[in-house]
Amino acid sequence: MVDVDPDRAEQRAEQPLLRMRGIVKQFPGARALDGVDLEVRPGEVHCLLGQNGAGKSTLIKILAGAHQPTAGEVLLDEEPVTISDPVAALKLGIATIYQELDVVDGLTVAENIYLGHELATGGVTRRSDAARNTRQILDRLGHKEISPHREVGSMPAAGKQIVSLARALSRDARVVIMDEPSAVLDSEEVGNLHRIVRELTADGVAVVYISHRLEEIRQLGDRITVLKDGRTVATGLPVADTPTRELIKLMTGRTVEYAFPERSGVPEAAAPVLEVEGLGLGDVFQDISLTVRAGEIVGLAGLVGSGRSEILETIYGARRSTSGSVRVGGKRVRSGVDGAVAAGIGLAPEERKSQGLLLDEPVYRNITLSTFARMARGGLLDERAERAAAREQVEALDLRPASVDRDARTLSGGNQQKALLARWLVHGCRVLLLDEPTRGVDVGARSEIYGLIRRLADNGTAVLVVSSEIPEVLGMADRVLVISDGRAVHEGPAEEIDEHAVLDLVMEGSVA
Amino acid sequence: MSGQSALRGPALRMGGLVLALVLLVVVGVATGGERFWSTGNLITVLSLAAVTGVVSIGMTFVITSGGIDLSVGAVVGLASVWASTRSTQYMAEDYGWWVIPVTALIVGLVAGLINGLLVAYGKMPAFMATLAMLAAARGLAEIIAGRRTQIVFVEPFFDVLQARPLGVPMIVWIVVVVAAAGWFLLNRTTFGRRTVAVGGNAEASRLAGIKIKRHTLYLYGLTGLTAGIGAVILLARTTAGSSTHGTLLELDVIAAVVVGGTLLAGGRGTITGTVLGVLIFSTLTNVFVLNNLDSSVQAIAKGAIIVGAVLLQQWFASRERTTST
Repeated sequence: MVDVDPDRAEQRAEQPLLRMRGIVKQFPGARALDGVDLEVRPGEVHCLLGQNGAGKSTLIKILAGAHQPTAGEVLLDEEPVTISDPVAALKLGIATIYQELDVVDGLTVAENIYLGHELATGGVTRRSDAARNTRQILDRLGHKEISPHREVGSMPAAGKQIVSLARALSRDARVVIMDEPSAVLDSEEVGNLHRIVRELTADGVAVVYISHRLEEIRQLGDRITVLKDGRTVATGLPVADTPTRELIKLMTGRTVEYAFPERSGVPEAAAPVLEVEGLGLGDVFQDISLTVRAGEIVGLAGLVGSGRSEILETIYGARRSTSGSVRVGGKRVRSGVDGAVAAGIGLAPEERKSQGLLLDEPVYRNITLSTFARMARGGLLDERAERAAAREQVEALDLRPASVDRDARTLSGGNQQKALLARWLVHGCRVLLLDEPTRGVDVGARSEIYGLIRRLADNGTAVLVVSSEIPEVLGMADRVLVISDGRAVHEGPAEEIDEHAVLDLVMEGSVA
Repeated sequence: MSGQSALRGPALRMGGLVLALVLLVVVGVATGGERFWSTGNLITVLSLAAVTGVVSIGMTFVITSGGIDLSVGAVVGLASVWASTRSTQYMAEDYGWWVIPVTALIVGLVAGLINGLLVAYGKMPAFMATLAMLAAARGLAEIIAGRRTQIVFVEPFFDVLQARPLGVPMIVWIVVVVAAAGWFLLNRTTFGRRTVAVGGNAEASRLAGIKIKRHTLYLYGLTGLTAGIGAVILLARTTAGSSTHGTLLELDVIAAVVVGGTLLAGGRGTITGTVLGVLIFSTLTNVFVLNNLDSSVQAIAKGAIIVGAVLLQQWFASRERTTST
């Protein structure tokens, strides 16, 4: 709605600079992209819109040369190209600025910008040339004040982003891909970023811009492509005259319907098990209060970076809260993870592989990681009891393959998740915190995981679940808290709110 | 299929170590004949391996947990000096010979616990904390000993530690007992399970409720304790304490542990492998000495063995990865 010049888009050359046709990316067990088309013109800001899991990251990685498409073609200037690796992408003039800024903290600005294509004669770097060129590029970006000799580690996120951008320019990039560049910036820095993007496009560079903020897309974008479940559902929509309602409708409404188990209805009289009051963690999230009763599933819905995962980790004691309290069964939980575990709280973390599993250890040892000491007698392991407990869970959860001696590494995502749930089932916890329980789990196995979580609740466990997939939270939970920018902006029964309303809450900050 | 290879992997690695040891023995017999294959010489091989052997057991735990302890050699030196000062020895004459070994064990344990405190609670990288301990312990040992060799004059100490039950020196029995205890501790107790878990994935272990800081403290304490035992063995074998005892021992120990198949990155440890690793290096030294070969050539052979063993390990690891995913 803001200052979109109607003529601007038309003045640009009609021949697309970058074109993707029928891109398919098959991962083992999951199809991330299933026919994506994208057409980017020189000098435009092309916005990519889609929910988490829609395939945006995979698409970017294909353009950046980090992934190879299983099928489909990429054309640059209408010529088919193969982007075999990140270096090839840069040679073709495609530069990517990732959300997690990939700069080397210990190097200077100039060294970062020329990383991988150092200006050198016979192996000796030409520092003054690099510094001069860096100054020119920074000047072009309107950041004369940044010294080429400054160490990047001492710069704020916004500065690092400028360095990333400068690196793209130093490669004479014709297509710049930006993955949620504004997520790490404050409002003043965002304004500056927008100015730079406009300058880039004025020079004929095409920018592929990914953002969850509709407001930002309105300010900056020319055209929009919407992805859903790995497919392009709309492409080349003019930003100026596509209503928000239309966009949200395109992003939602799944082609794959998940089967959620019946809600069993939590009796009003059920005792509150987990009570969180006024919990805060610095400026990550503030004043979170919630109650989960025995047998109830409460969901936290929000975007990446809204503070969802941090809330779970703070309740679990893995992060030290700066305010508020956590109680289980009316008793205050001792600080630290072991205090939480002793109080009967279990966590199935978001990053299963790095935070949850011992990948090179057998399944049964993963399942008993929280209980082997309890099963042991006088410090002596009782592996027979461990195996028996694990085997019982493997059967109950239908974990496949049904062997407790395989290394955890060999299991599929869904079965790894089952092993983690089994860990807390053996432990017998009263409160279960689930962070993205179906990430990396293929569609078939999801319903199983949902059923399992419901069964846990039916047995009296209080469940608090976080998922970036809104339909999943709404389908699974009894009650929902919507988190935006570290605050709860809505709380209510899951049945009384729909995906559109949640998206409105987190994207626009108000109910439409 | 990958389940099978996971079972086969360790057995195969162990087989490789045994094969290497057998090859060395064959070379020893071929070049040395009776001089090599005699009870006397074989017992010499074992006696000379005793210090490295005992300390390697402790080191196996620290490395399995993803850590490292560079200070073991210096701690052996410090403990040997402290346990053989005049005052310690007078006390030993008054109260009993056991004062000497107990002093060495306490010195080792305390040094190890300080390492543990720095690593677990001071959040120092293990490499730096134990490097500092290496320097400090060596310096302290020099101050205490005044750079002199301290002869042990408490006879009952030797009566016990130089005895030969069943014809085998006491110090070899000590290694056997420590290795057996280490194997049991690593494979059969909650302490061992925690060690493997912390080394395999510290964050997952923490989130599963394992107190990883406290465990790290214990681990370095354990390694320090084995360094104390190493000092007792050195005192018994050389009949003297010296601030130069154990110089560069840490390198032999780490080499033996890693060649034995314990992953330097943590998460997998094997006491059997460590014992084989120690025996391989000790036999190698013996074969070289019997053939009057230069110790410099021997050092080169050691280097080659380390490179070969690590390359093989990586090859096994990458093969397991590819067959299991």
